[in-house]
Amino acid sequence: MAFFLETLFGGLMAGMLYSLVALGFVLIYKASGVFNFAQGAMVLFAALAMARFGEWIPQYFGITHFVLVNLLAFLGAAAVMFVVAWLIEYLVLRHLVNQEGTTLLMATLGITYFLDGVGQTIFGSNIYKIDVGMPKEPLMLMESTFPGGIMINQEDLVAAVIASALVALLSVFFQKTTTGRALRAVADDHQAAQSIGIPLNRIWVIVWCVAGVVALVAGMIWGSKLGVQFSLSTVALRALPVVILGGLTSVPGAIIGGLIIGVGEKLSEVFLGPYVGGGIEIWFAYVLALGFLLVRPQGLFGEKIIDRV
Amino acid sequence: MFYRENGQFKTTYKQDQQIFPITQDRVGVLLLIAFAFIGVPMLADEYMLRAILIPFLILSLAALGVNILVGYCGQISLGSGAFMAVGAYAAYNFIVRIDGMPLILAILLGGFFATLVGIFFGIPSLRVKGLYLSVATLAAQFFCDWAFLRIKWFTNDSASGTAAVSDLQVFGFAINTPFEKYTFCLAFLVVFGLLAKNLVRSAIGREWMAIRDMDVAAAVIGIRPMYAKLSAFAVSSFIVGVAGALWAFVYLGSWEPAAFSVDRSFQLLFMVILGGMGSIMGSFFGAAFIVVLPIVINLLLPSMGAMVGIEVSTAALTHAEQIIFGALIVWFLIVEPHGLAKLWSVGKQKLRLWPFPH
Repeated sequence: MAFFLETLFGGLMAGMLYSLVALGFVLIYKASGVFNFAQGAMVLFAALAMARFGEWIPQYFGITHFVLVNLLAFLGAAAVMFVVAWLIEYLVLRHLVNQEGTTLLMATLGITYFLDGVGQTIFGSNIYKIDVGMPKEPLMLMESTFPGGIMINQEDLVAAVIASALVALLSVFFQKTTTGRALRAVADDHQAAQSIGIPLNRIWVIVWCVAGVVALVAGMIWGSKLGVQFSLSTVALRALPVVILGGLTSVPGAIIGGLIIGVGEKLSEVFLGPYVGGGIEIWFAYVLALGFLLVRPQGLFGEKIIDRV
Repeated sequence: MFYRENGQFKTTYKQDQQIFPITQDRVGVLLLIAFAFIGVPMLADEYMLRAILIPFLILSLAALGVNILVGYCGQISLGSGAFMAVGAYAAYNFIVRIDGMPLILAILLGGFFATLVGIFFGIPSLRVKGLYLSVATLAAQFFCDWAFLRIKWFTNDSASGTAAVSDLQVFGFAINTPFEKYTFCLAFLVVFGLLAKNLVRSAIGREWMAIRDMDVAAAVIGIRPMYAKLSAFAVSSFIVGVAGALWAFVYLGSWEPAAFSVDRSFQLLFMVILGGMGSIMGSFFGAAFIVVLPIVINLLLPSMGAMVGIEVSTAALTHAEQIIFGALIVWFLIVEPHGLAKLWSVGKQKLRLWPFPH
């Protein structure tokens, strides 16, 4: 039982991390109808920027205060992501308005290659580390209930808290601010939003900026956990079943989907994996998402797809 | 002036239904095939055959298969690499497990097993659409990656997990030199190219296109979505499976599951989209573009770097390749979202009028 709970918690924590990446997908899809495959590349790019700024700031400016360095690195990386968002809108999306979904999908795949290349050219292609002072030692819970207690990674716990805070923040941003309202209007209907004077281009830049910041937070957490390296870019493929499961248009869906996938992956790997030779995590996530899709083709919380002739 | 159909009267229905109704097209295609079989091997050197032409032929065959599914039937597939893998490993198992298995039969059987897997993973397409469907095909991709890596039976229990074939021969002729390999692949491509071209203008091809344009409307006018979608999955994965077997046997020789990873699926999708969705010709253009581009970049960049006095390291070269590749794809999508095939048809239209303005 204790082992089961431990696995379950591990899965939930991993799920929160997936949700963070999935959130980026959902934000952009909601506001522009673009399925942004480059989210993974953005995570890598942002993490690389942050890791390198963390090295360069003490080196060139002589600032050594731990919090200050990390804060500056974070802000620097965020600024870089804003520039990236603006460039993507200005150079790519603006010219692809009204194209089909697949064309836009392909364009973001092109952006993926581009960002991977540029990121590694500017920031280098070694393994870097981000140290934001996450607690490393594991935490023991419920030692009175179970012998030995349940081991929980504190780092994961902090990550989960950050993720939830980010989601809460985004919800407030979407529901309460004027910009958030404009974003929701654009998501509902591009043309109607434009006709009441919402500037589409600016909205798109804002959405990509927000997605960039989400990518940065995701990159920071993943990076401090696993180290910043090229494989971070493939995190998009891990988060894809999460988005699909939760529904492409739903922010809560990304979270719930993340939790389901995280738990499903861990439980299947631990309890089913040994029978079939292990390593089933990655395809199990997809099969799980597929199973849900067969029941609800638009994902758990996605808007119902209505076909009219 | 020379490319126009004036004066070519069709007097029978048979003539009207020819695969290439215009005489110039017919002659042009025949000349092209003749040139590909006779002229190219005489002109091209070994490097050219091995590094460019053979991959181009096999990948255009695969792109053709993907185009039937994505371009004609409108079902996004990110699992083409998996179907290639199934074709390759099924053919491999037939070759190593059955003595005296003919090569061509093994390759076709590989295609047949890819068809079965394709139909199985195509079943969700009856309920799930668009981007959501891409997840079903990605499930196929990751499942196959895993299966061929972990289940040792597929790789004939080889210790390293590598599958290898040698001494390929067809009807007693050995297929060893690049020239023989080229001809072998070309023969497959021509046969399947003509088959596909005929298929997409037949009743079933029209059904696929109707489903692509709007599946609900197609169902309303009496097209069975299940039959149309699954047949598209079947035909597509058969061709892709055959291409996979060729890729493994003829081009690679010995291979690991990584040869058919998700990157391969993306690559094939790129070919289809850059070449032109819903166009047989486009598959060839797309494959040529994707095969040649990295080679050109690899050849040009170091010399360009040398001109401005910069030594280009291998790592920088890889990254530069990524950057240029990504940028070119985006640029292409912006300039010509309908792909290279659109440019081709615009060119043909211009040629019909030339040298007159109207």
